[in-house]
Amino acid sequence: MERYFQPEMECASREDMVALQNEKLKKQVQHVWENVPYYRAKMEEKGVTPDDIQSIDDLYKLPLISKKDLREAYPYGLMGAPLRDCVRIHSTSGTTGKRVVAFYTQNDIDLWEDCCARALVAAGATKDDVCQVSYGFGLFTGGAGLNGGSHKVGCLTIPMSSGNTDRQIMFIEDLQATILCATPSYAAYLGERFKELGMGPDDIPLKAGIFGAEAWSEEMRQDIQNTLGIKAYDIYGLTELSGPGVSFECSEQTGMHVNEDHFLPEIIDPDTEEVLPVGTEGELVFTSLDKEGFPLLRYRTRDICVLSRAKCSCGRTLIKMKKPKGRSDDMLIIRGVNVFPSQIEAVLINQGYQANYQILVDRVNNTDTLEVLVEMTPEMFTDNLGEINARQRKIVEGLKSMLGLKAKVTLVAPKTITRSEGKAVRVVDKRKI
Amino acid sequence: MAIRQISVFLENRPGMLDAMTGVLAEAGIDIRALSLAETKDFGIVRMIVDDVYETTTVLKENGYVNSLTPVIAVLIPDEVGGLHTVLETLTIAQVNVEYMYASLAGKKEDKAYMIFRVGETERAENALRRAGFEIADQDMIELM
Repeated sequence: MERYFQPEMECASREDMVALQNEKLKKQVQHVWENVPYYRAKMEEKGVTPDDIQSIDDLYKLPLISKKDLREAYPYGLMGAPLRDCVRIHSTSGTTGKRVVAFYTQNDIDLWEDCCARALVAAGATKDDVCQVSYGFGLFTGGAGLNGGSHKVGCLTIPMSSGNTDRQIMFIEDLQATILCATPSYAAYLGERFKELGMGPDDIPLKAGIFGAEAWSEEMRQDIQNTLGIKAYDIYGLTELSGPGVSFECSEQTGMHVNEDHFLPEIIDPDTEEVLPVGTEGELVFTSLDKEGFPLLRYRTRDICVLSRAKCSCGRTLIKMKKPKGRSDDMLIIRGVNVFPSQIEAVLINQGYQANYQILVDRVNNTDTLEVLVEMTPEMFTDNLGEINARQRKIVEGLKSMLGLKAKVTLVAPKTITRSEGKAVRVVDKRKI
Repeated sequence: MAIRQISVFLENRPGMLDAMTGVLAEAGIDIRALSLAETKDFGIVRMIVDDVYETTTVLKENGYVNSLTPVIAVLIPDEVGGLHTVLETLTIAQVNVEYMYASLAGKKEDKAYMIFRVGETERAENALRRAGFEIADQDMIELM
């Protein structure tokens, strides 16, 4: 029996959903026009007024905004509600430049936690579950979002935060935690630690996990599911829109349902900015329909993905998005070839390695170099030098056929690649461009 | 009887070998023989120790990937052509030597062993024994 947190929204008919979106969009555009001078100026520049937006079909008329705008308007330029109504900020990790600061009213937090609760219920969470939130708490949205969602569902919530792996394991065991929320790389790391302690999937009380905040491959999902003996669900979100819970996976595990009553998705051609039909691959753009503190219209996520309206066996009617190939921020252009870290990860896991790797990019004599550091594992080690060399060559060949690029593969000692407790540092780009 | 050699994965960087021998010294392990096979980026340390169980345990605890490999320790006659007669015996038995390295017999004795990793361990042992060579077993190695 599929359960829902808010069935009236999650399973709404298409007509009801569109009617709701139309109404919310008109209101939101008016709200932004009146409260966010930065965006109003962009509308005026394009010759658009709130009157031009009568339904979601008019969405394309609105100007797009990007991370560049967020940086320009930093810190208060895109605040959409008076400071006295805002109660919290969250901020991005700032790995790709200046931090983004987003504002929340109490209502924003409430709706965001509802979104996370939908994700938890879709993963099977009930009041009888013990939910360990191992995302970082603080400026990062992961901990706060899932923690709030878990409260709404009524789980016994462990606000663990990241780090101190042995304590994490102790709480999972002692309190018999059944749901784990973490970044996928941290979940994989916990799995490794369980293995070292001699605990297999049957000894671990967890039954489901909600993992997001970084790109991860289908192969990594299988790996985590097998090691921890759980079903691993993907969750997607951005601080700019609220945090985790913009979309979430159901039992079908074939894409994430977008909470489109709050976040209206579009796919555009990243070069021409033209809107593309559902089912076409392109850049994901979101309009937040309810956000008060930080109401972004047509925000370019830089995530490359595909939307689908195919009927889902879980009964939800919310539109689905495929797992993004990776944020275009994560995308590397090496010798003119687009490379996503998730592609490299897939090759490694397919060949029996752990998802512990690091990608080093450099430029030597005007040519880009790609090096992948891979940790040696007990399973892959042999006394035979020739055999190890052959395995190393196999990775090089695997990468070559996946990426069309020759990479240098370096085998390193176990645990030498820094383990992430929050987001993994997968890429070190030393090129000075 | 083949003896157990411990093979350890190490990165080929300054200080890596030293760090590992430090761990073993701390645990009171006596290394009887050691050989290194290296590539540009990494190497395999192969060694014969006095306490296999203790060694693999401390290596694992300290995060070293390692494995056990059966090898043959043959007492080499201390005379001109001593090693040659051993290798000749292996050739006649059609045994391929993958690698080999030397080991002293211990503190008290004035002998030398050669450690052989071969493709066909049992056949090699039988041939050597028939030819009258002395082969060390695990107990002898531990008691040396």
